[in-house]
Amino acid sequence: VRPVYVTGVGLHPFGRFAEASVTSLGAHAVRQALAEAGCGRDGFQAAFCGTVYSGVAAGHKVLTALGLSGVPTVNVEAGCASGGAALALGAAQVAGGRYDTVLVFGMEKMPRGMIRSSFFEPWREEAGLAATPAYFALRAQRLMLESDVRLEDLARVSAVFHRHGVDNPHAMYRKALGVEEILASQVVCEPLRLLMLCAPNEGAAAVVLSARPDGPGAVRVAAAALRSHHAGSVLGEHTPMSGLAEEGVATPTEMAVRDAFAEADLLPADVDVVELQDTDAARAILSAEELGLCRRGGGGRWVREGGCERGTRPAVNPSGGLLSKGEPLGASALGQVVELTWQLRGAAGPRQVPGARVGLAHTVGRGANACVMLLAR
Amino acid sequence: MAEARAVAPGLFTDGANGPRLVAGRCATCAKPHFPAASICPYCGADGCEEIHAGPEARLCLFTAVQTRPPGYRGEVPYGFGVVELAGGLRVVTRLTEARLERLRPGLAMRLVIEPVFTDDEGRPIVCWAFRPEEA
Repeated sequence: VRPVYVTGVGLHPFGRFAEASVTSLGAHAVRQALAEAGCGRDGFQAAFCGTVYSGVAAGHKVLTALGLSGVPTVNVEAGCASGGAALALGAAQVAGGRYDTVLVFGMEKMPRGMIRSSFFEPWREEAGLAATPAYFALRAQRLMLESDVRLEDLARVSAVFHRHGVDNPHAMYRKALGVEEILASQVVCEPLRLLMLCAPNEGAAAVVLSARPDGPGAVRVAAAALRSHHAGSVLGEHTPMSGLAEEGVATPTEMAVRDAFAEADLLPADVDVVELQDTDAARAILSAEELGLCRRGGGGRWVREGGCERGTRPAVNPSGGLLSKGEPLGASALGQVVELTWQLRGAAGPRQVPGARVGLAHTVGRGANACVMLLAR
Repeated sequence: MAEARAVAPGLFTDGANGPRLVAGRCATCAKPHFPAASICPYCGADGCEEIHAGPEARLCLFTAVQTRPPGYRGEVPYGFGVVELAGGLRVVTRLTEARLERLRPGLAMRLVIEPVFTDDEGRPIVCWAFRPEEA
């Protein structure tokens, strides 16, 4: 198995772009990544595109628009982890020696408001049992019952990530928010307030993976682990109608992070910077518990002691996270990879985590799908 | 008045003994699931049997949905939560109570069938829900 390197990254900022097609968002990111990698028309041998809402052959349309079609091209859908799944597939092709260089990209143009998902049968929508924020709310309540998490901790983690987001020119929201302001925002589903939830939006990200560390900015892909759920948890991201009372079902995130460290020659203590899934404030804390950034049940204390701050080690969501950036499903995981690549290159500007050498990216969502990627300099 | 229709077939019954959820139980691993399916979601074995679950349950988790989610034509706010039935089966459910101060974990709940909305032909569309026992 050969090492795999990120040799170029590209990003279309996350936000709302009424005039731009999803193809043009993807093309923007792809062009940037290929230019950075010094990769021309014949410079990559396959392409993997993560997207959920973009329709038939969406990745092909991007390469067609750029005059780069011809290589094997695969569109990958794995819910919130789509971009991570695309990267895992691409990296395996390079590691296994089938291709020397592959292009991985992800893009999305999400409808406004509450996410409508073909994942749910129509009767579940009609019965009011397909309300995504309500599932998030139940998960938040469970976290508050089973962990030491208080309502103020949910507000605090959102406030911290929004403060980080102020320094990210690619984020949708760049305004610092106070804990009181977050607590006073509209109740969407108790206990979650509007400013504790991320917004579905639009954007694109792209990464060139190569077997050779070409150029000074190359970063190694130490692991890309993808897992789905085991049945049993009624609040699992596969959003079942039922589950069982017995505890102890490993979550997709717990399985993916275990696989990632088993695959990499790295230890959890080596990680300097983390970009974790924060579709809502409770998800952020649960992610920290599942990833082992704090003990299970200790997420509240982790927040209160500043565990989610950019200044602690590992630094968490220096980009501002999805709470600041918004979530364009197919692009969000690769957006994390782009951010971590900048961090490991020392090129993250005011967001820079000093001396960062190892980064961890985490996405989890519908399916259920979880992806954990480890990058190292 | 047009006859009521269930939001989907096979989810619940409403016979002489009152409402029951139609759940499944695996003949191989014995684990229960809902809605009933012929293939066990836990072990993949064929030949699950249908069982009637409820009407008693305990409230585990709850919230209130304030704005209409996509595809939903019923009233808001409405209660939404997880209840645990006999045998450890936990079910995602509507709750008749959206005033959260009236709910708490562990509360005794009872299965009911309630109208959710009226369809284009004027028929009431009904779904199961759980209501607090003491209400």
